[in-house]
Amino acid sequence: MKIAIPVDEKSLESKVCVSFGRAPYFLIYDTETKERVFLNNSAAASTGGAGIKAAQIIVDNKVSILLTPRCGENAANVLKSADVKIYKTGSVYAKENITDLINGKLSLLDEIHPGFHGHGGN
Amino acid sequence: MRIAVLSGKGGTGKTLVSINLAAATETSAYIDCDVEEPNGYLFFKPRNIQEEEVSVRIPKVNDKLCSGCRKCVDFCKFNALAYIKDKLIIFEDICHSCGGCILLCPEQALTEKEKVIGKVQKGISDQVTVYTGVLNTGEPSGVPIIKKLLAEAKLEITKTTLIDCPPGSACTVMESIKDADYCILVAEPTLFGVHNLNIVYELVKLFNKPFGVVLNKCLDGEDLSEKFCLEKGIRILGRIPFDQELGRLNSNAEIAVRKSEKYRRIFSSLLETVEKEAHHEAASDS
Repeated sequence: MKIAIPVDEKSLESKVCVSFGRAPYFLIYDTETKERVFLNNSAAASTGGAGIKAAQIIVDNKVSILLTPRCGENAANVLKSADVKIYKTGSVYAKENITDLINGKLSLLDEIHPGFHGHGGN
Repeated sequence: MRIAVLSGKGGTGKTLVSINLAAATETSAYIDCDVEEPNGYLFFKPRNIQEEEVSVRIPKVNDKLCSGCRKCVDFCKFNALAYIKDKLIIFEDICHSCGGCILLCPEQALTEKEKVIGKVQKGISDQVTVYTGVLNTGEPSGVPIIKKLLAEAKLEITKTTLIDCPPGSACTVMESIKDADYCILVAEPTLFGVHNLNIVYELVKLFNKPFGVVLNKCLDGEDLSEKFCLEKGIRILGRIPFDQELGRLNSNAEIAVRKSEKYRRIFSSLLETVEKEAHHEAASDS
């Protein structure tokens, strides 16, 4: 099973990025192989719809669970269509969130914000 | 002549200035381009209203024809399309109606459909033809409505036309001032007012428009927007006092020019100054 987290830096010690759609990188962790990959988020510089594109990247990488502090409506719809589960991060550090998820300490993200369309983006 | 009235934020006096200038003119057109919250009609109370819906064209997909090549997904700069589980998802609110995805689709799986986003209204209030644009709640961009409004009002070319812009300097404001012959920037006397004035000052310079400033809510003592104008060498077209009588008229949705001789004089003189400035600019351009 693959887990994705938006991160500020390409390091396992990185903090979780406060934004999903505009995070610079995604850390992808495979629970079976213990493999870690850092993906560049090509959606980060989008003029609009960053969340949709970022969600597409997550889905294309066959991720089953996304850990994020927050997520917009459109991105959540894309992820839902692909049956990706969204959990809310607890700790500010990426690594701790993976451990917490595996130990069942994280809960599903239930607050989906309506997004910031038209405000500064376009 | 088309005069656009703009300011860096709401509540500065755009509508006050534009409705009163329109009412001070013998025959004029007033266009409310603040389509997210139009309010000029509250003052004019126009009659004989004609209404027309405004729609944009957005893509729709025929899943049977879609091969999943993702050319449309990769092309869309606004990320209005996603391809999930062998199915194309279209985000109608994100789409900017460029039509690119439809042109690109090698399978002709995408076609256009109309989506109503709001309406334009036209009515009469004494000698003023009042145009109002209304964007439906939740729609992301008022630009198509403003385009429609200005195209409709083009027929009024012989009249003095006042364009009441949305606040700020975003796409909707750029669309509103694009074809204007002259821009009036309305400013408040505070430090915050100067900041907001600077936003629209930068915009009209970028658009190379002739412009001047109307100082609103003027009190005795230092007016920071006035100071800003003097420093930058910006033409001050007139001053509107911070006056209870004007405040009362305005909050009762009355047009000051139609109710008070004092304000008829103030706005007539402002109009004269603006027309002179605009003609002067036009002459020095040619």
